[in-house]
Amino acid sequence: MNLDDIILQAEQAIAAATDPAALDQVRVNFLGKKGLFTEQMKGLSKLPKEEKPKAGQVINIAKQHVQKLLTERGELLRAEVIKQKLAAESIDVTLPGRGNELGGLHPVTRTIERIESFFGDLGFSVKEGPEVEDDFHNFDALNIPEHHPARQDHDTFYFNPKLVLRTQTSGVQIRTMEKEAPPLRIISPGKVYRNDYDQTHTPMFHQVEGLMVDKDVSFTHLKGILHDFLHHFFEEEVEIRFRPSYFPFTEPSAEVDIMGKNGKWLEVLGCGMVHPNVLKSAGIDPEVYTGFAFGMGVERLTMLRYGVNDLRSFFENDLRFLKQFK
Amino acid sequence: MKFSESWLREWVNPALSSDELSHQITMAGLEVDAVEPVAGEFTGVLIGEVVECGPHPDADKLQVTKINLGPDFNDGELVDIVCGAKNCRLGLKVAVATVGAVLPGNFKIKKAKLRGVPSHGMLCSESEIGLADSSDGILELAQDAPLGLCVREYLDLDDVTIDVDLTANRGDCLGLKGLAREVGVLNGLAVTEPAINDVAATITDELTITLSAEKACPRYLGRVIKNIDVTAQSPLWMVEKLRRCGIRSIDPVVDVTNYVLLEQGHPMHAFDLDKIEGGINVRFANKEEKLTLLDENEVTLSTETLVIADDNKALAMAGIFGGLNSGVTSESKNIFLESAFFSPLAILGKARQYGLHTDASHRYERGVDPQLQLDAMNRATELLLEIVGGEAGPITEAKSDDNIPQEKQISLRRVKLDSRIGHHIGDKQVADILTRLGFTISFDNDVWQVTVPAYRFDIKIEVDLIEEVARIFGYNNIPNVSPKATLSMCANKEANLSVSKLRNALVNRGYQEAITYSFVDPKVQALLHPDQEVMTLPHPISSEMSVMRLSLWTGLLQSVAYNQNRQQNRLRLFETGLRFVPDESAENGVRQDNMLAGVITGQRNEEHWDMEKAATDFYDIKADVEALLSLTADASAYEFSKAEVSALHPGQTAGIYRNGALVGYVGTLHPELERKLGLNSKTLIFELLLSEILTAKIPEAAAISRFPSNRRDIAVVVKEEVDAKKVLQLIEKVGGNYLIDLNLFDVYRGESIEQGFKSLAIAMILQDDEKTLEEKDISDVVNRVVDSLKTQLNASLRD
Repeated sequence: MNLDDIILQAEQAIAAATDPAALDQVRVNFLGKKGLFTEQMKGLSKLPKEEKPKAGQVINIAKQHVQKLLTERGELLRAEVIKQKLAAESIDVTLPGRGNELGGLHPVTRTIERIESFFGDLGFSVKEGPEVEDDFHNFDALNIPEHHPARQDHDTFYFNPKLVLRTQTSGVQIRTMEKEAPPLRIISPGKVYRNDYDQTHTPMFHQVEGLMVDKDVSFTHLKGILHDFLHHFFEEEVEIRFRPSYFPFTEPSAEVDIMGKNGKWLEVLGCGMVHPNVLKSAGIDPEVYTGFAFGMGVERLTMLRYGVNDLRSFFENDLRFLKQFK
Repeated sequence: MKFSESWLREWVNPALSSDELSHQITMAGLEVDAVEPVAGEFTGVLIGEVVECGPHPDADKLQVTKINLGPDFNDGELVDIVCGAKNCRLGLKVAVATVGAVLPGNFKIKKAKLRGVPSHGMLCSESEIGLADSSDGILELAQDAPLGLCVREYLDLDDVTIDVDLTANRGDCLGLKGLAREVGVLNGLAVTEPAINDVAATITDELTITLSAEKACPRYLGRVIKNIDVTAQSPLWMVEKLRRCGIRSIDPVVDVTNYVLLEQGHPMHAFDLDKIEGGINVRFANKEEKLTLLDENEVTLSTETLVIADDNKALAMAGIFGGLNSGVTSESKNIFLESAFFSPLAILGKARQYGLHTDASHRYERGVDPQLQLDAMNRATELLLEIVGGEAGPITEAKSDDNIPQEKQISLRRVKLDSRIGHHIGDKQVADILTRLGFTISFDNDVWQVTVPAYRFDIKIEVDLIEEVARIFGYNNIPNVSPKATLSMCANKEANLSVSKLRNALVNRGYQEAITYSFVDPKVQALLHPDQEVMTLPHPISSEMSVMRLSLWTGLLQSVAYNQNRQQNRLRLFETGLRFVPDESAENGVRQDNMLAGVITGQRNEEHWDMEKAATDFYDIKADVEALLSLTADASAYEFSKAEVSALHPGQTAGIYRNGALVGYVGTLHPELERKLGLNSKTLIFELLLSEILTAKIPEAAAISRFPSNRRDIAVVVKEEVDAKKVLQLIEKVGGNYLIDLNLFDVYRGESIEQGFKSLAIAMILQDDEKTLEEKDISDVVNRVVDSLKTQLNASLRD
């Protein structure tokens, strides 16, 4: 066979191969050990010495030509194969992924964590205290002696006259001041209890207590920090008012209201300058140190922030309610 | 305290609307809770007189009347009205709803016929014009009520009742007098007090008064009034004022004492003079002394209870409640009026001790003006004589001057005022505020000397004055300033794991956080924690919330039931919080441990097109617990051991130990409890003692070996009762230094394994830091392990 016929044949065979295996057979047929080009090369030996290089070169060029065609055709066929394979592997990407959903934190915890972060950034450390509390820490040390009318406002759960479920987190102020010397900056989140159960009261709820004792702490500072807090907590310029009130453990005392979406004032926290008797009973000289304290209702803040309407839903633990807080 | 706005305005009348007034006093610390109209909405009700009154020809209970509404009403034409009230009678002045009138509830009055007799209007009862919830008969107006005048105008019904929620320190505002004083201060207005006249004695009768407890009762005024007519009617104006302040009219004597209580803020009491034997003695009760109170309950008095007694017996609980046997009744002719000052300390807590709370005790506990007794007595006498007649004796006063609170002198330092408020209020303004408050002041050397009148008994020390200045100045006029502080860094121990990290780990594993009540149902808790001592609330909200929880399981499992009842079946809940375990050695006799507990139930996976559908089981929840524990980076310290807990399945419960100390349990809820709690599927729970798992190990990095690791798998057959833990621990023990990891990757029972045995497939990973292990090094370890398993655990290699 002459070389031109071989090339023609090869070209035809390559074009006719429709899959990589067939193409590989073509390669073997032409370029393999027993292939037609190998035969041609063997035929060189019969030529005169001076013609050999030229003839060899011609064969090589032809070989390279075929090799190139093989490579090109090979790439094309492989691409085709991959394309088919990918087409066959196509899936419905809109089906849901495998694995389980995340859960979520209780909205009360979410609010407490936010409060902790606002005050934590200002160097307030978190303190916790017992919930079954003696009347000294819940009342006496807070300037609420036995039979003080203010005690009656508390709807206290008593175990006995000396032992109660704490009605406020303020006892943690006392426990902290007993152990640590000023300057003090603490917040104390936790459960408190009042014997009252209706649409707007649950017998257990959460407060975050705050206390700062230092030299030259004043009422303007209390106002400043609470204003900042409320604006940051609600992330809007809520209207805020400080209303004079009375707590035996602070003086001056105030309740803080914010303007609700319905145009009504809503009380969200109580606060004041720590009463000198409270500092004294904790061994701190009120002539040297002053301080402010505040206590905020976590559920109330949470309700306002997230539009929760029923206080009781916080403790029903209905999954459909909880799952809204991711 | 509820009060009528128009009554207040008789004393002080600022140019403010009702809303503005409410806002003003709220912002002064007298928080307004509610503002309610004193009457319903109505129009067209005029004053008329019954000029003819006769029986209805066809109805026993109806009367046919003609009503005169005065000359201006239809030129003086009389109006026919049929009335069913028993008290309708000739000459009565009545409230007439004329044709066209609209009564509360949009009730329109039209011409009508009642059993054939025309009726062109209606005679109104109190309830029909919204003055009362119910009433007996028609409203009777005073004889001098002008005919034809609108009843709204005549009774001043465009008034509101303002309810102020007074704080415990402001007992001085528990009367119109105090409230008016406060409103006067806020508006810079003078207060017009009603004239109080001395009522001269017309008889000489009096009782001797002995103060046997001078500290508790340093002043007591008494007065005899004889020959009164208790059946007389209290005037409508008084009844109305009482009503608008939330007090019902009883009889003229009670009404007058209540009126003085509301007006002056001073409680009074009246005794039936004829029931008193001898003189009055204010003393503490004798041991076991008994007294029947006005509510007919007999109480045994404690010896700390102050009583008003006569020569033989206790008559009343001083400052709290009268006695039944000495009370004024419809038969009383002669009375003895009391106006006394009792020290708050003598009254505090006493009413409550007997389950009582009265208008008098409310005021005496908070404090009453110690100088007001004479005024109150004169005011009451004058009002009383006008209504019930009679003759008054002289006022008898017994007092102990040393024990009567006096005006106080308090210094207010400029420097303290400024530093506490943080804002400078000018001298003039401070002086003005203090003066308006009724304080007498002098100013020298940057210090005010302030004399506080006796009625402001809440002002005792300097900060009380500072608060008053700030309050009247207005909290919202004080600027907001950010505090400055020393920046000292807090110790932030790396080993302290935050609870929040644990919470987030559970959230990431699909748990939802729950918060349940700390008090639970004793019956449910006893199922979970039988025979355990518990703290019980003597006065719970309900019996289902009456004991303190011993674990978080009771609340969580009830939440599971709650959700299952609402078609939520795949549940993963956790909670953190205190448990309350009675323990004599702990502070206040109770150990309050912070716990972390969780519960899972339902399908292992959420329902999915391509995930396994299987009920969750022990190993699911165990993995969650292991994940929590792994946060402490202290895996080798933990151990799970088979345990028995009565609430849990006896074969599917593990105690969890860290360095040998119990830190919690994990297990399957006992099927019997599952049934009793009404749960509808297998439920797994765990609880961990937070204090034991909140310290983590700080990482100590080891070098990574550069040499290849080798894995050798062995399958060992052991008896069922041999725990996997035993096998693994033994391999670890004898494996030597090359053994760097172990993994139990299969448990097999069945074909080719004898009954009562199981095959455990374990991968051993071997590696050395210094060299590539030779086959001999590896086989030495494997042989050593296999030999030990054979000899120590009777294990055989599976072929």
